[in-house]
Amino acid sequence: MQVTMTVNGTDITEEIEPRVLLVHFIRDVLRLTGTHWGCDTSNCGTCVVLMDGQPVKSCTVLAMMADGHSITTVEGLATGAVLDPVQQGFMEEHGLQCGFCTPGMMLTARALLDHNPHPDDTEIRQAISGQICRCTGYATIVRSVKWAAEHPVLSNADTDTDSDADADSAHGATADEVRA
Amino acid sequence: MTLLEDRPTNPAAGDDNRPIGYGRIQRKEDPRFVRGKGHYVDDIVLPGMLHGAILRAPVAHARLVSIDTSEALAHPGVHAVITGTDLQALGLAWAPTLSMDVQAVLVTDKVRFQGQEVAFVVADDRYAARDALELIRVDYDLLPPVIDARTALDPGAPVIRDDLEGRTDNHIFDWEAGDATETDAVFAAADVVVSQEIIYPRVHPAPMETCGAVADFDPIDGRLTLYETTQAPHAHRTLFAMVAGIPEHKIRVVSPDIGGGFGNKVGIYPGYILAVVGSIVTGKPVKWVEDRSENLMSTSFARDYIMQGSIAATKDGTILGLRTNVLADHGAFNATAQPTKYPAGFFHIFTGSYDLKAAHCTVTGVYTNKAPGGVAYACSFRVTEAVYLVERMVDILAAKLGMDPAELRLKNFIKPEQFPYANKTGWEYDSGNYEPTMRLSMQMAGYDELRQEQKEKRERGELMGIGISFFTETVGAGPRKHMDILGLGMNDGAELRVHPTGKAVVRISVQSQGQGHETTFAQIVAEELGIPPEDIDVVHGDTDQTPFGLGTYGSRSTPVSGGAVALVARKVREKARFIAAAMLETRPEDLEWEKGRWFVKGDPSIGKTVAEIAMGAHGTVALPEGIDGNLDAEVTYDPPNLTFPFGAYICVVDIDPGTGHVKVRRFIAVDDCGTRINPMIIEGQVHGGLTDGVGMALMEIIEFDTEGNCLGGSFMDYLIPTAMEVPDWETGFTVTPSPHHPIGAKGIGESATVGSPPAIVNAVVDALAPFGITHMDMPCTPARVWEAMQGRPRPPI
Repeated sequence: MQVTMTVNGTDITEEIEPRVLLVHFIRDVLRLTGTHWGCDTSNCGTCVVLMDGQPVKSCTVLAMMADGHSITTVEGLATGAVLDPVQQGFMEEHGLQCGFCTPGMMLTARALLDHNPHPDDTEIRQAISGQICRCTGYATIVRSVKWAAEHPVLSNADTDTDSDADADSAHGATADEVRA
Repeated sequence: MTLLEDRPTNPAAGDDNRPIGYGRIQRKEDPRFVRGKGHYVDDIVLPGMLHGAILRAPVAHARLVSIDTSEALAHPGVHAVITGTDLQALGLAWAPTLSMDVQAVLVTDKVRFQGQEVAFVVADDRYAARDALELIRVDYDLLPPVIDARTALDPGAPVIRDDLEGRTDNHIFDWEAGDATETDAVFAAADVVVSQEIIYPRVHPAPMETCGAVADFDPIDGRLTLYETTQAPHAHRTLFAMVAGIPEHKIRVVSPDIGGGFGNKVGIYPGYILAVVGSIVTGKPVKWVEDRSENLMSTSFARDYIMQGSIAATKDGTILGLRTNVLADHGAFNATAQPTKYPAGFFHIFTGSYDLKAAHCTVTGVYTNKAPGGVAYACSFRVTEAVYLVERMVDILAAKLGMDPAELRLKNFIKPEQFPYANKTGWEYDSGNYEPTMRLSMQMAGYDELRQEQKEKRERGELMGIGISFFTETVGAGPRKHMDILGLGMNDGAELRVHPTGKAVVRISVQSQGQGHETTFAQIVAEELGIPPEDIDVVHGDTDQTPFGLGTYGSRSTPVSGGAVALVARKVREKARFIAAAMLETRPEDLEWEKGRWFVKGDPSIGKTVAEIAMGAHGTVALPEGIDGNLDAEVTYDPPNLTFPFGAYICVVDIDPGTGHVKVRRFIAVDDCGTRINPMIIEGQVHGGLTDGVGMALMEIIEFDTEGNCLGGSFMDYLIPTAMEVPDWETGFTVTPSPHHPIGAKGIGESATVGSPPAIVNAVVDALAPFGITHMDMPCTPARVWEAMQGRPRPPI
């Protein structure tokens, strides 16, 4: 069947089997491999992407269920060369080690900050509690999200170098980047 | 030197004060990971690549009667279905393990654990491959399984390994260390002896990324390229040459970015071999990536030691001796990863941080109908078990003597002047200054105030516990005289090239799985040569590009490979001295080094920077006799000893008396790993390991029912701490350098995983003291704590 969705600001139409999981559609069809697959029971959250701004575990969504929706993956977090504050925060505060849980963690953090710009530690921990990290022990992830909260806006003048970027998607990637 | 951790709140990149060498710098790996541009095995796509999937045994012990693959082969998109019979024809049905045993790649005779590999399907995509698994028909004749290791050696127990010539029982090995007679004498003369059975249950490292491989065999030049989740790419290359019969120069193993290893990715799993066979059979690249359940059920488990411990002391609390007999459950194949001469790893470090008069241990390994493994999950070759044993026994002794557990430890520590310290089981501890480290953790915790708070809470019926663990690690295997894996000495190589413009590439033999090697190894070179870390690329994980070495596990990267990198940088520095002397028309002995530059003694204005020397080395400078062009060097480092980092951990727990739920309220971890290359990365390593400790102590276990069904085979049952189960860690450090290491650094990666479980269990037992409880086995889940409180403790098997 045919599925159409917006991924990182770009419209995508593909022919797929109905049973294909969104995580495999993103990874294997779109070749956006920043989204990971860490379990088979919907516990680990390494596959989290944003669907219409809400974090979803893409291993637990059929690609066809994303038909007509807007998806943001880790590749769509930065705007051109300018990182989202969450990405910068994870680097500043050592919120990642092996990097496998990082994309999902950052997208959940982005959704949290969009709804609650100044979360406290407990709110951050609750927000990421659907996601497992085996390396960091979480404390530096909490610090990373706080760093992002304290540095909410990167200069607008620097952010958009590509006029094709979807104006509606604050964290949209350029068309070239979607299939990069 | 004793310091409280002083972490800058926002050390911005580009800070002028940023150190050229050691210190907190941001990671060079991060920019790709935060953009989703890491390159993990399952991200790899090769032209024409096919996908493999493994059919696994549904039962623990059964004779294989027949396999019918015809329907699977007929399924659309399926290219091949490989069975044990097919492998037998290639001589690949069995593969050697890292413990000189063999392991079935695919079942030919009988199934020996649930989840074992039975057949391999190669298809166009992962969906078709999984479809075809459902179409394979297998007939099994059920056999009685051996599940409880205690019954494995019973007369009449089913013999699991009837494939081994002459094998009539499930016994694998007996091993001992220390002096039994001396220990008996010490125990006979002691005022106090306490004994306890202590079980370290089976757990699993469960890295977020499972194991996987992409095999690409080129039939024209006979060359195999194998992308793998491996912590030891060079050792894998050699083993593949030995197993598959492909000449070693025709094998290239590439370990790309790895999503955590934790010891899970040291050994060679059947899936890797099957991907290779699949590629040879189909003539196309074949990818195999296991799912989580496969990872938990069939790849290397950790621990599973049943330990009978006894500790002897005088009335006033002088510990005299320690004794233990261990029953080690190794599963169906002995695939434990450890140096050849050490079938129980480094368990004989179980004398811990204490100056004992005598010690003795025996370890008996047995086969059971379970997945193979044992050494994994940041255990440093069974040091987790050793430290858990001694730190629990010391607490049990403290309870018996009515002594404060901190006081008992302080009284028995090995003293700083005793190092290097020869313990009673054959180790020589390199350095240590335990008391200041212990005092610092007590000061950070507010130990006396905590005890006061606990006293008040006990009077109100509240359950609060304080647990201490003071551990000595042993990491950095190791000296080639004593330590090898399948005959490969445990050394590591390093190659360093400084390019004409002064930028450098260092090639290392170890393989990061998130520990930050690309950053910290650049920092070592930066410190030694004065080249900024951002101008140094660290290359690892590709056997075509890097020098031979044994890989990353056992916290051995800094001790061995870190030593190699420091020495290779010094070799380059020394070569640079001769070239600088030629450039300055002076004698090498007249030059003096400051970071990044050789200059003329007495006249600092005349000198050459490393970049200038590099250009000279590649240029037309007339070189002195014996010095060749270019600025490069290589070394292989054979460490003289292991390194012995240590730490003082204090855990505070609150237990809900109604439900048995344990909450870790605080955790104070003071580590001493000698010279600290990057404090930020060390802190992250410690945080991660402490979280492992919370998992093992409170949540994680792989159990089996009486039929041998694995009960911990998914994340629904195998519980790992989330951000809600762990506190904000409080870390501190002291610095006691390793005297034998080139930069005084010791390993640290596994310290927290080793040191934290006993602190947490000691805290739980301390909280439960009002119930008369002196020991409880992990994991201290609410149900198990509650049962213990009702006087019905349950063993974890």
